[in-house]
Parts: sequence; structure tokens; C-alpha cells
Amino acid sequence: MIFEVFRQEREGQPFQHGGSLEAPNLAFAETYARELYGRRDESFALWIVPRESVEEVLDPYVADVFDRDYRRVDGYSLKVKLKEARGRAGTAGTG
Amino acid sequence: MNDTEFQAYVQEGGQVETGDAMPDDYRKALIKFIEMHGNSELMGVLPEREWILRAPTLQRKLALTAKVQDEVGHSQLIYRVVEDLGKPREACLEDLVAGKTKFHNVFHYPTKTWGDVAVIAWLVDAAAIISQKALLKCSYAPYARIMKKICWEESFHILHGRDCILALMTGTDEQRELVQEAVTRWWGPLMQFHGNPIVAEDDPMYHWRIKSQANEDARQQFLDGYVPQIWELGLTVPDPKLRQRDDGVWEYSEPDWDELKHVVTGHGPKTEERLGFRRWSREETAWVRRAVLADAA
Repeated sequence: MIFEVFRQEREGQPFQHGGSLEAPNLAFAETYARELYGRRDESFALWIVPRESVEEVLDPYVADVFDRDYRRVDGYSLKVKLKEARGRAGTAGTG
Repeated sequence: MNDTEFQAYVQEGGQVETGDAMPDDYRKALIKFIEMHGNSELMGVLPEREWILRAPTLQRKLALTAKVQDEVGHSQLIYRVVEDLGKPREACLEDLVAGKTKFHNVFHYPTKTWGDVAVIAWLVDAAAIISQKALLKCSYAPYARIMKKICWEESFHILHGRDCILALMTGTDEQRELVQEAVTRWWGPLMQFHGNPIVAEDDPMYHWRIKSQANEDARQQFLDGYVPQIWELGLTVPDPKLRQRDDGVWEYSEPDWDELKHVVTGHGPKTEERLGFRRWSREETAWVRRAVLADAA
């Protein structure tokens, strides 16, 4: 069986793909993964996943059918509005 | 994408994943190249293994054992990449012990003294790291990713090698002599290591950007990095023509390309003995694999 190994380098960091290994079952896969990815204390944690359990999704972008800029940072242009609001409040030029 | 477009894609820096469509020639070239790399990691431990029981101190024995374990681990990771390309690990091992596939020239030579072990860990590893670092840019992404881990582990090995060399070079005259003899013995194979100076554009591996560094560039990088280190320790290199030109390029005597070809086609001084050891070890441990697989099933 092929297992994919994901490693977390330090606590709190995201898991990243480290490589794959071949093992007859999960118990052996864990032993091999420790030897391959944990010998020098280089991994904080490992995820060991049978390859067939990994669902690969290619091109996951949800099509831009409508204007979806409200999902993004660049969808919020505050500069002009802020200027106007400050003008109305009489605080323009103070900050 | 047709083959020409694919080639343009990889030449421009495009990366290829396991499941992507790829030309047959590209897949074949990848298997050939990566399998030889896996073979070299596996065979490369044998010259060092011969010295585990004879290492001069317990610390060196442990370090050498750890290095051997790292290299076998590299071969496992690399054979996995080959396996995903379509050639099973068992088939790779069969072909290796049958002498059908190749491994690097430097692993066909004997290790006569502890000086050879030190020079291998220092200079052979250095030459190998130069090629391996260049592979971080390989067009085949799963291989490039694995090289990151491998290069990281190699960085310990090279320090281990330098430490062994410095211990000998700060020792007795006899110890310094051991190093000099080993450098003299290994210089020829080291100069052959990166291959003949084929023009990059004529190299099919370069064509597909499996390799992105020309052989001669790798050799120049090796000379640039290591000849000054060799000289500063008071060691000499057995090549009267070796010198660095004003423009930085190193000149050297033509390496013995016939020897390289002879050795990598299975006629090195230790080829048969080491392949024999691999065959013996596979047969001796077959019952363990059978037991483990039966138990796991």
C-alpha cells in the first residue's frame, strides 16, 4: 500500500506534504514514517494517509460567474468613502 | 499538448505532476535518470558500510551508521518516485542486482583506508550535492520535492566528512598521509563524476529539464568550491595542469572517459563484489519480507 505523509515542522504550522512511502499496513507505515521524517526531530507531527483516501481536486476555483469581489480584500475600497466621512464630521486632515 | 509544446512548457520552467499527461520519452528518461539515482544511494552505502565495524571511535561509528541509514532512506524515497512513474521497486532492485541498470562511478571503487572514508564523505558527497541541488529545479515536481529533504540530510553528511578530514589533518604525519593518498586515489573518479562535457543542448536529460545544469558547469562548481579547501589544508591534487584562469574557469587534464564508461557499465574494481553482496542480502532477508507481508495481510 502507498501512504502519503504530511509533516508539520513546528507546532501551530500547517501540515505540508513530505512524500510517500510503501508499507503493508498502517502500523508499518507509522514506523517507516518515523524513521524517514522524525529521526532528527525535524517534524512536530505527522499525518499518514492511505493514498486512495486522498481526494484530489484540480482547478478548485469556483467560477467567477457573478462579481464576487466582496469575498476579497480588493473588493473594499475605503479611501474615498473615508475621506468623505471625515469631511462630513469636520475631522479632515487630522488623521 | 503535443511533445514539442510539452518540451517548450518544461523548458520555460513548467512543472509536471505524477498524474499529468506526459510524452513517453519524457517518462522513460525520468525513470532512467531517477532509478540510477536510487541505485546510487543504495549502492553508495556499501563502501561506507565496510567501515562501520572498523571506525576509529564510537562517535564515528554512530555517525557513519546514521549516514548509511540516511542514504538507504533516500533510496527508498527515490524508488517511490520511480514506482509512481510506472516501474515497481522490486523491478528496480531486480535490474540492479542483475547488472541491467547503472549506478554512479564512485561507488564501484574500494575503500582501502579510513582516509578513503573521510574523502568520500567530504569530496564525493560534495560533488553529489552539487548535482542534487541542481535537481531542486527539475521539471518533475515530485522528484524536486524529495530532493529538498535529501539535500537537507546531505548537509550533515558533508560536515561529518569535513570533521573526519580535519581530525586526520590535525593528527600525525601518518594520518595526513592517509588523507593525501586517498585524495590522490579519488581524484580521477571525482573528475569523471559529473560526466563528459556534453553540450547541454545535446543532453536529452537537459532537453526535458530533468537536469538543468550542464555537466561541465557542475564540475566547475565543484572545483571552484573544493580545490581551494584542499589546498588550504596542505593537500595536493594529482593533476599538474589544474589551475584557475584569470576569468575564473578551471583548467585540468582531460579526465579518463574510457575508465568512466568501463566502470559504470559494470567493470569497476568492486562492481561484482558489491552487486554480489546486494544479491546475497536480498536472498538472506527474503524470509523477513515474507513473514512481515504475511503478518500484515
